[in-house]
Amino acid sequence: MKVVFSRPRALSDVTMAYCQGCTHGIAHRLVAEVIDELGILERTIGICPVGCSVFLYQYMECDMIEASHGRAPAVATGVKRVLPDRVVFTYQGDGDLAAIGTAEIIHAAARGENITVVFINNTTYGMTGGQMAPTTIPGQETTTTPGGRDPIKAGNPIKVCELLAPIEGTAYIARASLTSPANVMKAKKAIKTAFEMQLAGKGLSLVELLSSCPTQWGMPPLEALKHVDEVITPYYPLGEFKRVN
Amino acid sequence: MTTKVLMKGNEAVVRGAIAAGCRAFFGYPITPQNEVPEYMSKYMPEAGGVFVQAESEVAAINMVYGAACAGVRAMTSSSSPGISLKMEGISYLAGAQLPCLIVNVQRGGPGLGNIAPSQSDYFQAVKGGGHGDYKMYTFAPWSVKEMFEHPSLAFEVADKYRGPAMILTDAIIGQMLEPIEIPEKIELNLPPKPWATTGAKGRGRNSITSLYIVPEDLERINLEIQANYKLATEREVRFQEFWIDDANLVLVAYGCVARISRTTMTMAREKGLKVGLFRPITLFPFPSKQLLELAKSGKHFLVVEMSAGQMVEDVRLSVNGEAEVDFYGRLGGIVPSPNEILEEVEKLLKPSLYQVMASAKTSTN
Repeated sequence: MKVVFSRPRALSDVTMAYCQGCTHGIAHRLVAEVIDELGILERTIGICPVGCSVFLYQYMECDMIEASHGRAPAVATGVKRVLPDRVVFTYQGDGDLAAIGTAEIIHAAARGENITVVFINNTTYGMTGGQMAPTTIPGQETTTTPGGRDPIKAGNPIKVCELLAPIEGTAYIARASLTSPANVMKAKKAIKTAFEMQLAGKGLSLVELLSSCPTQWGMPPLEALKHVDEVITPYYPLGEFKRVN
Repeated sequence: MTTKVLMKGNEAVVRGAIAAGCRAFFGYPITPQNEVPEYMSKYMPEAGGVFVQAESEVAAINMVYGAACAGVRAMTSSSSPGISLKMEGISYLAGAQLPCLIVNVQRGGPGLGNIAPSQSDYFQAVKGGGHGDYKMYTFAPWSVKEMFEHPSLAFEVADKYRGPAMILTDAIIGQMLEPIEIPEKIELNLPPKPWATTGAKGRGRNSITSLYIVPEDLERINLEIQANYKLATEREVRFQEFWIDDANLVLVAYGCVARISRTTMTMAREKGLKVGLFRPITLFPFPSKQLLELAKSGKHFLVVEMSAGQMVEDVRLSVNGEAEVDFYGRLGGIVPSPNEILEEVEKLLKPSLYQVMASAKTSTN
């Protein structure tokens, strides 16, 4: 019988700790499929975030390093500089990358570190209980913006792709979402392009994935996906923001 | 074959680290250690290694974390306020049991303080500094020669017991020039690192983490780390003694203060005062056993530091009430002079008027 669907080699055969309807599992699978397709499992080193996906080092079959909150791009710099022929990626949430780790991502981008960043944007701090993230959109209710995010009081969201694309050291910056099979396929293509940019030595590549957080948003999974399409995507437009030749 | 050269302490630590097989340096400028990244930017690429000027001390220590994960001898350097920033990363390095070297060319604090020499980061170096139960294998050079030699010792200990090591020095040692002999080649003892994350070619995946959600798992890791500290305490203690045998009063000091105290000791001896010097070279593991032995043989200790009294606590713990331990310290970046320490010595050795009268009374009875 012909096998038409199976677990990617790069994805561990373990039960993930995510809530029902969370899109981290899809994002992990896409990264694993890309690693398989590029045949780079044995020379890839992943850097895990702090946050919901903190256990990523147990979910991938490549070498993995757990970094402290926000510092993954610095850790990745250390690895990639001493092992330039390996493939190095970080996997970071919005609090990790756009709040505590803003300096690390901007400077890794400015140095043109030849690494790939998978950036999960679910507009909230999922693991710590749904507080405001730097990506929380205006009006969004969180446990620390109970009346909805008011930019006058709580500041404005940070649009990471738009921020990083003008930086000279970046090679590929794209935003995709994980809300439908079509969007998932586009996301995978973007992740693959990001890894290919690294293999070609072009500089820092980043794919932002708009993700759902049914638990902290207080929505059933399907409604959460609809929310990504109808409310979050208009604020964070999908597409490629930069692609160097 | 050796070459004799005149060198600054901060250059010697760079040359020593590269000779010790260090192939990655990540740093950030702060006075009085700026020559370390400056020399590194020149010598490290020449040695085929990696130099990156990071955007912050926080990023620099995390780059060290990454390079250490990859199994490379990696280091960073900074000075007191910068070391405070590195503490988060150092705790993670300790938790993930990663060897590396951190050089602290201490300056006056707290806060921005000044750029004068100080020894007030002792607690931070040997008692943890970051969160969690950990320590750093800490070496305290007192000369440019030792600035060259200690990186090799520190890397060996860091590799053997798998944790961060620190060279705790100060603005005087970092900035002073001395002639030293540089060997043409140092025999390297580079252990295999099967745990390193270098890509899973020909083996299962390696993962490096300091995350252990189940308390029993985290306790097990902590016990492993503590067992390494115990082993290092049995095997890696280094110290130096001067004129100890007949001494009534033993000066205890490290780094440049030990050097100043040696001059005090010579001056005291010229006056017929029986003064010796005990100089810890490793601050962790601390030479507690040796100090206790001296205490039991009836010595009186005077600990001299450029701090409000930090190492003195370890001396008191070591002697465990078996001896009198006095303290003399200067703060704010002031370096004590040999004369000033001698005054303290004389105060302690000169019997008080009360003692003179009491002894006169006893003799007339």
